[in-house]
Amino acid sequence: MARTAFLQGNEAVLEGALAAGARFYAGYPITPSSEIAELASWRLPGLGGVFIQMEDEIASMAALVGAAMAGAKAFTATSGPGFSLMQENIGLAVMVEAPCVVINVMRSGPSTGLATKPAQADIMQARWGTHGDHPAVALVPASVSECFSLTVAAFNLAERLRTPVFVLSDEILGHMRERADIPDTETLEIWDRPRPAGDPADYRPYRPGPDGVPPLGTFGGPYVFHVTSSMHDERGVSANDAKTAAASIARLVGKVSRNAQLLPRPEVVRSGGGEGGTGAGKPVLIVAFGSSARVARQTMLDHPDHPLTLFRPRTLWPFPEAELSALVDGHAAVVVAEMNTGQLVGEIERITAGRRAVGLAWRSDGEIITPEEIWAAVRRTPGGDGR
Amino acid sequence: MSTYLDYLDENALPLMWCPGCGDGTILKALLGAFATLGLKRENTVVVTGIGCWGKADDYIRTNAIHGTHGRALAVATGVKAFRPDLTVVALMGDGDCATIGGNHFIHAARRNIGVTAIVANNLNYGMTGGQFSGTTPVGSRTSTSPFGHTENPFDLCRLAEAAGANFVARTTAYHFKQMGRLMVEALREPGFSLVEVVSPCPTYYGRFNKQGSASEMWRSLKERARSVGAGEAPPDDGPDAPILTGRLVNRHKPSFAERYAAVQAAAARAGEGAEPGAR
Repeated sequence: MARTAFLQGNEAVLEGALAAGARFYAGYPITPSSEIAELASWRLPGLGGVFIQMEDEIASMAALVGAAMAGAKAFTATSGPGFSLMQENIGLAVMVEAPCVVINVMRSGPSTGLATKPAQADIMQARWGTHGDHPAVALVPASVSECFSLTVAAFNLAERLRTPVFVLSDEILGHMRERADIPDTETLEIWDRPRPAGDPADYRPYRPGPDGVPPLGTFGGPYVFHVTSSMHDERGVSANDAKTAAASIARLVGKVSRNAQLLPRPEVVRSGGGEGGTGAGKPVLIVAFGSSARVARQTMLDHPDHPLTLFRPRTLWPFPEAELSALVDGHAAVVVAEMNTGQLVGEIERITAGRRAVGLAWRSDGEIITPEEIWAAVRRTPGGDGR
Repeated sequence: MSTYLDYLDENALPLMWCPGCGDGTILKALLGAFATLGLKRENTVVVTGIGCWGKADDYIRTNAIHGTHGRALAVATGVKAFRPDLTVVALMGDGDCATIGGNHFIHAARRNIGVTAIVANNLNYGMTGGQFSGTTPVGSRTSTSPFGHTENPFDLCRLAEAAGANFVARTTAYHFKQMGRLMVEALREPGFSLVEVVSPCPTYYGRFNKQGSASEMWRSLKERARSVGAGEAPPDDGPDAPILTGRLVNRHKPSFAERYAAVQAAAARAGEGAEPGAR
């Protein structure tokens, strides 16, 4: 039954995972994500699922790949240092096309950094952390309700696209308690990986379906198959020739972009009249995600007469480029707010392509960015009234 | 009655390994053990990492994951933990198992996860040109120890025993029948099992250390082998040291799957509303 609950973000992630059908968790404890592991160890065995605490995050990510091929909806949760260790086998999951979900409750780095304090500084690691050309799918919740709903979406996307999917939460969201709407599991749309059909002798684990995603067998089922971290042909046999490599990379990268309609859409909120608004001052477009977007909402509340538009991606990677681009011309300036020294801003400058000045409100000291800091960035950005 | 050929992908032949390498012999023994046990291809999963022996999955017609260097046991643990009914085999060299993957090796043994590790130990990294590994004997010449290796090698079997493996055995590539018998026993073991196969690398280790031709290296394996219980324990290093062979550990501690099944049953009985003890 649908319910309203008073939950922590990390609890909501676990609820979302279970609702999506997750039955395998492998992980290594790390602040500020450990509640997810603890809850998984409690909840999974009674559902016939498996929780296993591995020797490190390298092994955790490897175990997800194994379990995914054995039929599990598999996930792990970590934070910066663990996410770094996972990068190797995130690449493995990309290459063998193993559906799995990685929750990164981001904390301040580099290295051990400020282990108990928030940041949003792993977003480029999520995009490019593992080596080689590869797709990346990363969802960014901004509330406890979204910690639930975007975790469900992450499993759906992982299954549908046969690729690892990230949920980038942060220490604020992970440990914050607020009212959350938890829908009835029966009402959720739950997707499963595409399954092979036909003669098992003809099954090719890398032969794509019409959407570019190859159906996936299950170890122990009738479709015997071989997957590999090496460049390979449709049978999963190593192939070193340039033609096979070019086609494989194009399909791997393209299977996400060609299915972009599956990705959670951004939220756009207007105040003070917003775009073309009647409020005093020129309209400014604020781009923020996760916890920073909550702060940006406060900036808007603090300046109700100023036309401000918040563009809040729910999918950070691939970035919702067309939706943002369409809003740029209706605003006098763009301001990016993020809890790092400026990672997303480069992507926004690329999309804005010189049409408007792009300002930056940033913070990277383990403290939460403030509404005043975002407002100051609005005011100093050319067009936002910094001239 | 099945034979090793039922598990061999003949389309993938010829084998990529060098003349005189032990890997082809180990592969035949392994697939013969599959046949002896009548394993179903559907219910068998081979996991490999990176290295010469890590290419073995190319020739095997069961399910397989060819993964990342050193991580075969971690991948295999994921498969086995979720599907304890499957037969899961990790094929690793001394680089994969004893060196980059050493942490996964001791923890797989400690956890007593029901995976069979078949380790081809040729005392060096063949795939990348003969550099030293975690089992390279002191004094050995390798591509990265041109003046003689200065570090002590692991004794993989003693390591596995200390870490908690239920079944530990050593043989050599020369001892084909013993190898097959030990692999059958290992594959039957519900907990963690290790068969270490000492194997020749004439291309690098043998050449760098003046061990003669491939046939001389194989003869040396025959002559250096000492069956367990037949006398003295061998010293743990030196290229010419005796090789203690046979079943070294055979104990019956509950496997990971057995213990976790009990957890699942208890959790299911307790139901959703139960509070965890630790909270």
